[in-house]
Amino acid sequence: MRLCAFAGEKQMKILLTLILCAGSVVAQQIGNPTTQQGVLPPRGTFAIRNARIVTVTGPDIENGTVVIRDGKIEAVGTNVSVPAGAQTIDGRGLSVYPGMIDAGTNMGLVEVPQGANGTVDLSEVGDLNPNAKAIIAVNPHSAHIGVTRVEGITNTLTAPTGGLISGQAALINLLGTAPKEMAVVPQAALVINYPRIGFGGGGFGGGFQQPTNLADTLTANERQVEQIRKMLRDAEAYGRAQDAYAKDKSVPRPDRNVVLEPLVPYVRGEQPVIFRADREAEIRGAIRFAEEMKLKPIILGGNDAWKVASLLKEKNIPVILTGIFSLPSREDDAYDALYENPAKLQQAGVRFCISTGDAGPEVRNLAQYAGMAAAFGLSKSDAVKSVTLYPAQILNVADRLGSIEVGKMANLVVTDGDLLEIRTRIKYLLIDGRPVVLSSRHTELNDAFKNRK
Amino acid sequence: MKRLIVFLTILGTFALTAHAQTETLIRNATVLTVTQGTLQNTDVLLRNGKIAAVGKNLKASANARVIDGTGKFVMPGIIDCHSHSMLDTINEGTLAVTSMVRTQDVLNTTDVDLYRELAGGVTTLNLLHGSANPIGGLNTVVKIKYGRPASEFLFPGAMPGIKFALGENVKRSSQPNLPGVTRRYPNTRMGVEETIRDAFTRARDYKRTWDEYREAVKKDKNLMPPRRDLQLEPLVEILEGKRYVHAHCYIASEILMLISIADEFGFKIKTFQHVLEGYKVAKEIAAHGAGASIFADSWGYKIEAYDAIPYNAAIMTRAGVVVSMNSDSDERARRLNIEAAKAMHWGDLTEEQALKLVTLNPAIQLGIQERVGSIEVGKDADIAIWNGHPFSVYARVDTTFIDGDVYFDREKDLARRPELAKERATLEQAEPNKPPARGQSPQTPRRRPSSHEDDAEVEKP
Repeated sequence: MRLCAFAGEKQMKILLTLILCAGSVVAQQIGNPTTQQGVLPPRGTFAIRNARIVTVTGPDIENGTVVIRDGKIEAVGTNVSVPAGAQTIDGRGLSVYPGMIDAGTNMGLVEVPQGANGTVDLSEVGDLNPNAKAIIAVNPHSAHIGVTRVEGITNTLTAPTGGLISGQAALINLLGTAPKEMAVVPQAALVINYPRIGFGGGGFGGGFQQPTNLADTLTANERQVEQIRKMLRDAEAYGRAQDAYAKDKSVPRPDRNVVLEPLVPYVRGEQPVIFRADREAEIRGAIRFAEEMKLKPIILGGNDAWKVASLLKEKNIPVILTGIFSLPSREDDAYDALYENPAKLQQAGVRFCISTGDAGPEVRNLAQYAGMAAAFGLSKSDAVKSVTLYPAQILNVADRLGSIEVGKMANLVVTDGDLLEIRTRIKYLLIDGRPVVLSSRHTELNDAFKNRK
Repeated sequence: MKRLIVFLTILGTFALTAHAQTETLIRNATVLTVTQGTLQNTDVLLRNGKIAAVGKNLKASANARVIDGTGKFVMPGIIDCHSHSMLDTINEGTLAVTSMVRTQDVLNTTDVDLYRELAGGVTTLNLLHGSANPIGGLNTVVKIKYGRPASEFLFPGAMPGIKFALGENVKRSSQPNLPGVTRRYPNTRMGVEETIRDAFTRARDYKRTWDEYREAVKKDKNLMPPRRDLQLEPLVEILEGKRYVHAHCYIASEILMLISIADEFGFKIKTFQHVLEGYKVAKEIAAHGAGASIFADSWGYKIEAYDAIPYNAAIMTRAGVVVSMNSDSDERARRLNIEAAKAMHWGDLTEEQALKLVTLNPAIQLGIQERVGSIEVGKDADIAIWNGHPFSVYARVDTTFIDGDVYFDREKDLARRPELAKERATLEQAEPNKPPARGQSPQTPRRRPSSHEDDAEVEKP
């Protein structure tokens, strides 16, 4: 591709101007915005110079350089030489951060939830669907992806939502022309909706809440947990049978089962199981259940996590907090109960990260969720970690993502200020070492209409 | 009896004035006046419910409360031009025209979300009927005087208004077709136009009937007046310019449609609400003289929201439209400062333009700009003190004042928490609150959904 032929600082400026202009060029087809890319921008050798580098794992580096080669971070520091032929970005006055990660989305599984059912691939029929894999259905050409990444979010965990066992979530790069190109971890976690208590006749928002029979609810609840338990036990047995047959072909050959097979690494504690749970009783229930089944649990939601902090700490169970911007569920909760949740978990030593919990459109606002936590007690540096390093650690990919360190995937955001501040602009974006054009369906519609007279 | 009336009058006077006698001096703060720029190291004096002075080295009387504003920011109270807080019910959706119903009749002053909004620096709400019908119910503009009776919430002198709505909600697009159930008319955007046209045609005739009666009765005192029509009366007020229309809408064509009807019948749309595709027809909205009250960046939650862009505020502002940023959600209402700041991130509005989105502009849209929306001497003492610039994500509210009285105070809120926790623990142990071993669980009070059901958020993962 021509862009690669450029070298040197001046040329890089031209290149970046081209990149920035590409949006408006495309947008001249008024009413026909396109953010879909059929060709991945090429990897190459890049150097971001004279920038403030927020490494996240180490101290900030003033006037530093980051070298990126073939998709990876090759060097970071003040005393770094720029390789010959590297395309350089002048980072004076700018800051480099690792790309943000939202570990609780349905990105790419739904385009328009209301009125366009055909675009909704969130939940399968039935209660137990461990084999529903998000990576199969994620739409690389969804407008949500472009709109999200230009705000500095480079990765999402994309999870299915339905039933009791929803399926398997994928950790993706928000760049790629096919799901396979986007996948960082195609099957990153099993997602279980831990049965909710106290919503017998519940409607959306509790508007039609009916009095429930507590005993009946608890029984129904236990029955649902038992359904999950039974399937996981079946998967354990299935795994043992397959192992036995692999070792000794004289034992009867067990049939392969596409539903149970994917569960084996999860029931053996090799891969994490995400439990959606917000209320205290549900979180405690999920912890008990995970312990009983010897799973590797992560709590998703966690609105009441601050009430369970000591137990979460004791069991070393991490929480993906999605409710920072939810209203407190009880009338007598403190007005800032959910704003403060991350700070309280931090103080208690509980591992956590911050997520929008959104299907797609609002994921771009992830920085504000973390910023709000910082307004209510979390340190600013922990707030940045809560959307970079912490989700990478919780999803077990901190060797590849979440900070600016040599050898990690070059998912980098160059900003003109504090990453979490609303007024900050993203100036450059690299995902998987590829420079990404900062246009989206929204910039294109803006370009198409802003000068209409 | 007479003595009792005198006593009640004294009591009433006392109740009215008792709250506004405090005097507060905020010293050495950064003051975001909205209309006079940002003033550094400035004092603000609140007296008798009004902003009495803004300047340096102000003097207050001996018993005034003095607040050290060093490092703090003073901002006008935020005005949310689209709210359903404290409404026990939102939609009278059985008919296509329900201009006879009033949100004022269903105010719940104990709605805890009001307090949470005060904690976000919000002081005024435009309480709107829902969007189930082309012509909906009447609005209520309130100051969030949480803890006071409903009558004290009503914003004195606010222009009466009404909710209109267009598009998917009005067409009942998400209502299933049930066998044996006739769908409510209208079912298309054509039918929506016809419904509004029909209503105003009837209103015009009704007005003529009354005008003729008023002329004739001058000559013949015994004439029978026409029968009052509670549905058409508000529409006549619209025709006479006495009631503001707040019209929920999404796509460009329906915005142009309503402008066209309004022009034909000779009235104005005061605000287009949501107006997600306003940026496509900004010049037409500006030419009509309508305002726009929008979300900062909500999009993609339904088909008619798929072309929404976060540059909407900037494009319309530059076209000359008075734009405000609203919540339509008890949740989002708590952080409208962040929503306003987004107009600087997307579309390069200046800080002053962005501040106006949640202060002066919504005040103009509700006809209360002489009272609130900026920090100027003589305006109502509806302000909030922030611990940082309200456009910073790290800022939060310390204190919120309405008419000079404190309605939110973070320090006091924090101080009360241990006591409330103790009270809760005691109540939980009380016999009636213990969960029974069997049978019905304790009743939880019914609550209205906290966000507008028609603009329901997408499913959470």
